[in-house]
Amino acid sequence: MSDVNAATLADFAASEASPPVRGYWASVGHRLRYDYATLFFLSVIIVVALLAICAPWLAPFDPTKTAMAYRLKPVGFKNFMLGTDDLGRDMLSRLLWGGRTSLIMGMVPVGVATVIGGFLGVLAGFVGGRVNTLIMRAMDIFYAFPSVLLAVAISGTLGGGIKNGMLALTIVFIPPLCRVAESATTLVRGLDFVEAARASGATTLSIILHHVLGNVLSPILIFASSLISVSILLGSGLSFLGLGVEPPTPDWGLMLSALRSGIYIQPLVCALPGVAIFITSLSFNLVSDGLRQAMDVKA
Amino acid sequence: MRLITERPDTRPTPAASRDRGGPQQPILIVNGLRKYFPIKGGLLQRKVAEVKAVDGVDFSVMKGETLGIVGESGCGKSTLARLLMHLIPKDEGELIFDGDPVDDIRGLSLRDLRRDLQMVFQDSYSSLNPRLPIQDSIAYGPRVHGVGKAEAAALAADLLNKVGLRPSMFGARYPHELSGGQRQRVNIARALALDPRMLILDEAVSALDKSVEAQVLNLLSRLKRELNLTYLFISHDLSVVQYVSDRVLVMYLGQVVEIGPVDAIYAAPRHPYTRALLDSRLSMNPLERMSEPPLSGDPPNPVNPPSGCRFRTRCAFAESVCAERQPRLAAADGGAHLVACHMADAESGHGRAGLSAPLH
Repeated sequence: MSDVNAATLADFAASEASPPVRGYWASVGHRLRYDYATLFFLSVIIVVALLAICAPWLAPFDPTKTAMAYRLKPVGFKNFMLGTDDLGRDMLSRLLWGGRTSLIMGMVPVGVATVIGGFLGVLAGFVGGRVNTLIMRAMDIFYAFPSVLLAVAISGTLGGGIKNGMLALTIVFIPPLCRVAESATTLVRGLDFVEAARASGATTLSIILHHVLGNVLSPILIFASSLISVSILLGSGLSFLGLGVEPPTPDWGLMLSALRSGIYIQPLVCALPGVAIFITSLSFNLVSDGLRQAMDVKA
Repeated sequence: MRLITERPDTRPTPAASRDRGGPQQPILIVNGLRKYFPIKGGLLQRKVAEVKAVDGVDFSVMKGETLGIVGESGCGKSTLARLLMHLIPKDEGELIFDGDPVDDIRGLSLRDLRRDLQMVFQDSYSSLNPRLPIQDSIAYGPRVHGVGKAEAAALAADLLNKVGLRPSMFGARYPHELSGGQRQRVNIARALALDPRMLILDEAVSALDKSVEAQVLNLLSRLKRELNLTYLFISHDLSVVQYVSDRVLVMYLGQVVEIGPVDAIYAAPRHPYTRALLDSRLSMNPLERMSEPPLSGDPPNPVNPPSGCRFRTRCAFAESVCAERQPRLAAADGGAHLVACHMADAESGHGRAGLSAPLH
């Protein structure tokens, strides 16, 4: 009976072209290639990043040059394509230069925290026992404070400036990333395929690289990508409070706070930094969502 | 002088050429195997009690045979399998694989043991990496043992063929794209990838539906013939065990209560627990309809097992001697059939001791 089934199955299979054996990451890329919404928002992020990178060549004016005669001018006024701010500085130039600081504030802390938090979390989850207790209880100490308060406290202690702001954000993001990595690793570690890998004589390192990381990396990366927009907003918040970027360095959050008072005079111009933050963080969130779908093998 | 040293050839040698002890040497001897799991409690997480999961188990497996292991849920069957695979450390006891003690210092190293002894798990889904195409899952073991990438892929394709899955159709698939029976075939292929001499099948067909179970059982018996394998077949399904096994081992609360040739055990069980287990099977004959369960209640708590014979609390023939002394596993009829029951021992002092067939 089984032989008959096997034979018919074999004939059926022979008539079809065999699909290539695609590795996990190749299959993720394959699924992403047909997810047009995610590709669109990914290209938005790339455009924003390119604009920020090319700010020195694209910006028509010096972003810090003030002109009292041209304060709070509307969009399209003379050569100021996007108007001017409360000190008469060109908004377009400031938005381009501000994108640099905002994107750096968004991506660097999350990137560093992903590496550190992910490593600690996978270690805690895979080794378990006392190592787990030690690492996770240490993380709990950070959880005792609300993240905004913690960021404010750290950068307040260290003093202002973009470096200290990023350090503060990194410290804030390590515990949640560590926790996500730890819970995902603990879940995977208990599954039979890890036991089966051990039964085949694999070393712990090989098991982590081949069997744990592939299953753990996607929740970590998805969570991290959703944190980028949080980081941009938190960084803007720090700048807003005068703890992150210091004036006159342009930064979207700082610009938004400085232009608050002008909202009744030039609403459109004053909302522009907010629009920039909104578009960027929305794109990061939607790309993170697309990534989650692409990384799910069952999708 | 050669600048590039060749990688040492660590590829597995063919299974047959790894036979060291000859046909009469049991492939596996287990002596006094013991595993207690600590129960931790209190503020300081101190050990407050122990679950006696496997408590002094002795048996041996001959080359080329299928030894069935049966018993209720929680009797220590799966712990035994994991102990044999060294997936959990043993507390006490000795394992001798084909004449060599498994010991990293002198004797067989763990790495060598794992080449010779492989396992198929019950849950076909969780025992495959969901993010790895099945062909890569099968090729992983050989890769770990130093086989090249292309060679391992070819080996995986060959094994898929052996278990009745066409590599060109199935190789690139992910575990969730297969049915339970197909996944269990993949698991068998993965276990065979290191060319082992013995397979532990831990409830390997229990989760499959009956028709698929029969297919996989036929596959297993074909593979056993072709590859000259030895099986340790753990199951709670007595009919399946009867069908596949040469000998049967009955476990109760972490101990062996009876072991012997399958025909002897199924025709004339000597231990009341074995008898009750066999009676609990459903009969095809409506005249043999049962209204009373042959075995009532749950097994006692393995944290605090009964004194003497562990089965006495559920045994219809229990006497005072059963609470006082633990029966030893001893030959019942001839040499091959061993049973741990005072009724089988003429000198035990049990009222029914020495009766030729006390349970019929």
